[in-house]
Amino acid sequence: MTINTAGRNIPDSIPGYGDVKHFEGHDKRIPEGNRYGKKNRASFNNKTDKTLPDIKAAISASGLKSGMTVSFHHHLRNGDFVVNAVMDACAEMGIRDLVLFPTALFGVHKHLTKHIKSGVIRQIQGSVNGPIGQLASEGGMEVPVVLRSHGGRPRAVTSGNIVIDVAFIAAPTSDRYGNLSGAVGKSACGSLGYAHSDAEYAECVVAITDNLAPFPASNIHIPQYFVDYVVTVESIGDPAGIVSGTTRVTRDPMRLLIARNAARLIESSQYFKDGISFQTGAGGISLAVAAYVRDAMRERGIKGSFGLGGITEFFVDMMKEGLFERLMDVQSFDLAAVKSIGENPNHIEISADWYANPWNAGCAVNMLDTVVLGATEVDRNFNANVNTEADGALLHGIGGHQDTAAGAQLTIITTPLLRGRIPCAVDSVYTVTTPGEVVDAVVTEFGVAINPRRQDLIDAAKEAGNIPLVTMDELIEKAEGLTGKMSPVETEERIIGVVEYRDGTVIDVVRQLKKK
Amino acid sequence: MKLRRTKLYLPGNNPNMLLRGHLFGPDGVILDLEDAVAMSEKDAARILVRDVLTRGDFGDCEVTVRINAMDTDLWRTDIETVVPCGIDGIRIPKVENPKDVALMGEALSEIESKAGIPVGKTLIFCLLETALGIWRSYEIATASKRVAAICPGGEDLRADLKTTRSENSEELIGPRRIVVLAAHAAGVDALDTVYADITNDAGLRRETEWVKQLGFQGKSVIHPNQIPIIHDVFTPTAKEIEQAKRIVEAAAEAAAKGLGAVQVDGRMVDRPVVKRAEFTLQRAGLKSGGEK
Repeated sequence: MTINTAGRNIPDSIPGYGDVKHFEGHDKRIPEGNRYGKKNRASFNNKTDKTLPDIKAAISASGLKSGMTVSFHHHLRNGDFVVNAVMDACAEMGIRDLVLFPTALFGVHKHLTKHIKSGVIRQIQGSVNGPIGQLASEGGMEVPVVLRSHGGRPRAVTSGNIVIDVAFIAAPTSDRYGNLSGAVGKSACGSLGYAHSDAEYAECVVAITDNLAPFPASNIHIPQYFVDYVVTVESIGDPAGIVSGTTRVTRDPMRLLIARNAARLIESSQYFKDGISFQTGAGGISLAVAAYVRDAMRERGIKGSFGLGGITEFFVDMMKEGLFERLMDVQSFDLAAVKSIGENPNHIEISADWYANPWNAGCAVNMLDTVVLGATEVDRNFNANVNTEADGALLHGIGGHQDTAAGAQLTIITTPLLRGRIPCAVDSVYTVTTPGEVVDAVVTEFGVAINPRRQDLIDAAKEAGNIPLVTMDELIEKAEGLTGKMSPVETEERIIGVVEYRDGTVIDVVRQLKKK
Repeated sequence: MKLRRTKLYLPGNNPNMLLRGHLFGPDGVILDLEDAVAMSEKDAARILVRDVLTRGDFGDCEVTVRINAMDTDLWRTDIETVVPCGIDGIRIPKVENPKDVALMGEALSEIESKAGIPVGKTLIFCLLETALGIWRSYEIATASKRVAAICPGGEDLRADLKTTRSENSEELIGPRRIVVLAAHAAGVDALDTVYADITNDAGLRRETEWVKQLGFQGKSVIHPNQIPIIHDVFTPTAKEIEQAKRIVEAAAEAAAKGLGAVQVDGRMVDRPVVKRAEFTLQRAGLKSGGEK
């Protein structure tokens, strides 16, 4: 066992995961050697059509066998049909013990629980939530789930930590030679950012589309020279689940209060000036922060440089208004973003490697001024947990949390102090997802706690005079005073989840829940 | 004068709001034991409100409790439970009779002296929700030294007037004018009723501008999002602030020289005008509130 610099006691080796590289600080691990490269291949003019009749034919052609690793992207979000369809086909073909390596899974993928139980899927390397998270937390998977951030995943791929045997890429449009677009088609999802590294590094790439366009397709996001096979199916997803999210700013007063506190903190900082770059999620508080910041930008005549991350109509409108020069889009959340990425050259698709991989010559998050993130809980050392809920069950993926927190100059975590009767500011988080060393401030309805190592932010906030500053100790005391101390989660020794930091070190582990 | 631009109602059975209400920055909070609480939950809400009051964290807010009406058998238990917590005042619904206010004053004195609270500390805010209550508003406002404000009702008053809500609340023009007149005659605050359409920001702004012009000092609030709009209306304009500063400065100069009235911008400035200017600066947050 070793206590890492996030204060977690982690075994040096974990069954089903292997030897552990311990977390030593956010910028401490420097890679050696070269990037991974897939096998060479050649193609000539005797084959100008890569289409195959169905998914099973593509699985056969790809050479997929039991025990291999298959990857998927999550751009179709909760509308995705592809992961379930491919796993069903594998099950029917008798393929077992697969390592599932998705960029994320959603509620729609609870269908996979039967393939986990039957042994078609042996391990998941990627986020698990809802029923699959619960299943894993209760010990329903033989091998621990490995959680990686949106930057940590392409790092694992490009460095060869993970070798993808077959990447199945859902493509809203493909031509017969494998030029793929996310911007066009009945299942359009905009950016295909999360699929790029898979296309580039997988030993075999299968595109699955419901819109076979004449060659060459338009708006090409992933080019033909990465794609081995193309399969046409009736539908790759349900548009209602693909583009979702709301662009209406919440009227929930508590969320607005938290958002206003966060926006004021941004406005008080040295970063609130011409050229500011900004990322928020699409959730209620995040969108409200964006709305307040937008209003302040208008009022003070400030023009931003770029908006980053998952892009919504709200950011598209800000660019149209001239409040951003560019949008860098790894994931398009709604129809307006999908339309914009197809039409506006200033709306740029970026890959996850470009977005957040710490092991390249510079990813987008490094240029980020401010990011507004959420968390299920934060602690005295400003560590944030986004993976587990108060009951200790795996519930959420890491997303870009670690990456943007590490990259941005000002990282703000917004959270209500209490969710129902559960305190969100605690002495020590149940799971460390993002270390406190890259978190600058925690914003709640009861006040704003700035990390003491950022005296510059504290001074600026005091100067602004409109920010209710508190210490983290005060927040924790307040929360505990209102709810009392939580009973600790009861667990077995067995590790069911490994939380990697974006550099591939292990920052924390999640243990199996004790049967009640 | 104490600022009472916004008094936010917090349902007495909702711990979430009771604990957080003050964070939205109203001038006051009203912990509600009356309409927000179903009859079957009255006891539970009273205990919850007591516990929240005991924790005592409401920032700078003036803390009041709306008790159950004096024609119920709940009001005595209500005040016996909440007054010892040291609240700033109680809000009595459906006041019609000045004698009830006097009776309440006596009951409060008894509880205060038992609890070791300075007698007279607990203020009374009277809700006038019937035609009779409105008609007797001056008598009610002067029935006890504790009365801090009188407030016209909304829906109950409309019902008693045998009318319904119109878009611009024309049916309440008369009652509102009577309440303003009575309040200022009695030297208490006139606080307006709630604006019920919580998603209509423009309508709220319009109504607030109107009642401010009538002479009200503030409004009751049923949703936190209404607070900044009402504060904005009651916050003086830059021009008003400038003029108020000049008046206060001229008055200070005159006082230093031992003069009585002085002229500012070609107009005579006497004591009431100076008081008004000081109030303007207070509303603008440039001067702290003094005693009422």
